Amino acid sequence: MTTPRKADQAFLRIEDVTKRFGHFTALDRISLQVSPGEFVCFLGPSGCGKTTLLRAIAGLDLQDDGRIVMDGRDVSRAPPAARDFGIVFQSYALFPNLTVAANVGYGLVNRRWPRRKVEARVAELLDLVGLPEQGTKYPVQLSGGQQQRVALARALATSPRLLLLDEPLSALDARVRLRLREQIRALQRRLGVTTIMVTHDQEEALTMADRIVVMNQGVIEQVGSPTEIYARPATAFVADFVGKMSFFEGRLSGPGRLSVAGIELGCLDDRGLATGSSVTVGLRPEEVRVRGVEAGQPNAVAVRVADLEYLGAFCRARLLTREGNVPILADFSANLMRDMEVALGKELLVALPPASLHVFATPIDALSDEEAA
Amino acid sequence: MSVVADRERHVSAAVPGRLLGWSREDFVAGLLVALLCAFLLMSIALPLWALLSKSFLNARGEFVGLANYAAYFANPILVDSLFNSLFIAALSTVIVIPMAFTYAYALTRSCMPAKPFFYALALLPLFAPSLMSALSLVYIFGNQGFLRALLFGNTIYGPIGIVIAQVTYTFPHAVLILVTALGLSDGRLYEVADALGTSKRRVFWTVTLPGAQYGLISASFVVFTLVITDFGIPKVIGGQYNVLATDVYRAVVGQQNFEMGAVVGMILLVPAVLAFLVDRVVNRRQVALLSARAVPYQPSPRTSRDAGFVAYCVIVGFLVAAALGVAVWASFIQYWPYNLTLTTANYNFPRFEPAGWSPYFTSVKMALLASIIGTAVIFTGAYLIEKTKAFPLARGLAHFLAMLPVAVPGLVLGLGYVFFFNAPWNPLNVFYATLTILVVNTITHFFTVSHITALTALKQIDKEFEAVSASLKVPFWNTYRRVTVPICLPAILDIAVYLFINAMTTVSAVIFLYGAHTKLASISIVHMDESGFIAGAAAMATMIVMTAIGVKVLHILLDRFLLGRFQAWRKR
Repeated sequence: MTTPRKADQAFLRIEDVTKRFGHFTALDRISLQVSPGEFVCFLGPSGCGKTTLLRAIAGLDLQDDGRIVMDGRDVSRAPPAARDFGIVFQSYALFPNLTVAANVGYGLVNRRWPRRKVEARVAELLDLVGLPEQGTKYPVQLSGGQQQRVALARALATSPRLLLLDEPLSALDARVRLRLREQIRALQRRLGVTTIMVTHDQEEALTMADRIVVMNQGVIEQVGSPTEIYARPATAFVADFVGKMSFFEGRLSGPGRLSVAGIELGCLDDRGLATGSSVTVGLRPEEVRVRGVEAGQPNAVAVRVADLEYLGAFCRARLLTREGNVPILADFSANLMRDMEVALGKELLVALPPASLHVFATPIDALSDEEAA
Repeated sequence: MSVVADRERHVSAAVPGRLLGWSREDFVAGLLVALLCAFLLMSIALPLWALLSKSFLNARGEFVGLANYAAYFANPILVDSLFNSLFIAALSTVIVIPMAFTYAYALTRSCMPAKPFFYALALLPLFAPSLMSALSLVYIFGNQGFLRALLFGNTIYGPIGIVIAQVTYTFPHAVLILVTALGLSDGRLYEVADALGTSKRRVFWTVTLPGAQYGLISASFVVFTLVITDFGIPKVIGGQYNVLATDVYRAVVGQQNFEMGAVVGMILLVPAVLAFLVDRVVNRRQVALLSARAVPYQPSPRTSRDAGFVAYCVIVGFLVAAALGVAVWASFIQYWPYNLTLTTANYNFPRFEPAGWSPYFTSVKMALLASIIGTAVIFTGAYLIEKTKAFPLARGLAHFLAMLPVAVPGLVLGLGYVFFFNAPWNPLNVFYATLTILVVNTITHFFTVSHITALTALKQIDKEFEAVSASLKVPFWNTYRRVTVPICLPAILDIAVYLFINAMTTVSAVIFLYGAHTKLASISIVHMDESGFIAGAAAMATMIVMTAIGVKVLHILLDRFLLGRFQAWRKR
């Protein structure tokens, strides 16, 4: 599953890492490589093992099996203090009885630096995270976003070569979250520090990461750039978890040919599955085309608007195919709604582009809506 | 940006050294946990084991099975004591629980004025040795008592005196538990009941009482156990009425019959262990009862009800205060009840007992040592158990042992110490009758409550502090000193004061352990009372109460001013 990279290029190598809690397997032979300066996101629902993997990399909870190699050094059994990383937690974990400056300088104190040098470094870091002149305040006097930036400064103070972020934005308000997202990303680019962030927020992962590692039930489902993950989901789970997708049952009626409730459709990638096998077909709502579709055109399907959900900038429609009543989700812009006079019960002719039809071998009932939980 | 350039200068600094294959931090943590386990094994597990095994051995140390138990139940006088104890404990519980419930109800569910004052009034007996209320009763209803006529010819020396004194002594314990139980209430339930037009009476029976039922059960068991294991009250006011606690004392101190002492000790352990188990179950349920979304109940004023509660609290509070106050007053009286002029002559202790004032100073010294050493051991121990990661089995053992002492009455613990530390084969017997053993015994006796206080405080701290420190290569002991201790300072003070006050007032465990030079103030009270110097006993009890209350006042001032001034970070 791992994107192949040359071993000497990797800053962090994870090999067959396994972690069990009693009978529950939290990590099942995870292997992964992270290049220097890369921003990697571990994305997945709660309980998928992403935080367990992060804590194994940090040495906070040791894995039962497998190796972790950091910068060519095997740190599999090393305690956290013998590894080189900075970490930021969802709860900020700032020491409430110490000033902001003392928090940022916490790791510098036992380096026996002269006081002046520590002060200069702390000032530099506070400047870096956009909180100059705040050093004398206590954490409780700062807002959540400011506290998280202090935590970031503290993690970077010792110039670690690896930065670990454990859901750093989840405790913040939506607006603050957006702003801090950009700030973290910009800072990471400027410093070039290899960064791993754990998140359950797909939007966060898509906007921030160089590479996304989608995890589910202790295994890696897919590793890839945000565009790869979104446009070419490797599994039905990834397709379901990242972005919106409607699924329907179908059958491969030939190479690149699908039959869905009697409707014949062409698709670009049938994953080499045998003709006649049952498949699940996935389609992103924004890929359904309405303008300029003519009868008889390939993949043109006659549908009826069964339901409309108003979502502000666009409407999400539930369409039923005239043949077989197959439900398909489609996003219609306000513009399109007006031009095509889309309304409840309206009959439309839509096209399902062959490149947008994703074929998965997973049976449709295996896709639960755990995502909502 | 210089941050990038800076990196080269300290790549992966300070990889800690390793000892025996462990990192230095794990080594230190492991060593400390091992020390804690060793301390607890020595101070609680082994003495309990000594007591248990003693009850199955004869005087020559041969195993005799249940023979000691059989001998116990064959002796009608001893069996009488058992029934006396059960009767006293049951009666005291039946009286004190409704009394304390009404009091706690007034404190939590009414709008009566001066709640903090009435709360403090109810808690007063916590600052005195249990036998102080018995001393007061002697002054009020004893042979020279001014209200003796109220007893209609009955004597206060016996069950009547014991029960009244026990009610006073256990009242604050019951109030504490019930105030907590009644405080944990969901105000929304009352609003719903109100909206459905439910009568006040029905709301009480269907909402209030079920909500407090676990508190009631827990309080009942605690009171029952306190009464059945208390030694001071029956000793002072029991007269010819024998109970288990005085039997143990007589068997061990009087007759040197250790086997019989061990059997009675084991019997006393039964209600205490039962109370402990019930409390654990009840606690779990109590927490589950209240969801995180519950809104605390806010009482609304109702003049007639509030006035009734004020009257009730004035009466009960006055009686509780009187149970201590009369002894205090009498300690300053020339010759009760014939010459009521005030004097300090009763504080001239050498008149009454050879040790004079020295038991008081020994007590203060012992309480200070127990408080300082105990707080350090208990809080650090709780930190290791809660916050370090290495050696989970040893930490589990330490926690289990730390939870044990609460199920062991002081008298039983004291007996265990006699059997363990006084055994000829034990090299630790050099500590017997020294201040060291009194300090260790006191710390152990009050270990569990302090341990839970420490754990509760530690659990409220962000659990990632240790992880952050490790990532910054700061060893855990630095974070413990710079962050954990300052944050937990209020809880640490609570523990220190709790240990000090209990060390000052306790009688039951230490009565078996003191030596010629380590007699404590509370034991001196028992001796002076035995020799008929009741005014001296009252004076010494007054010294204990004054010291305990003084320390508590100091604690409140420290909490308010010191923490307010030097811990500005707590406020926004």
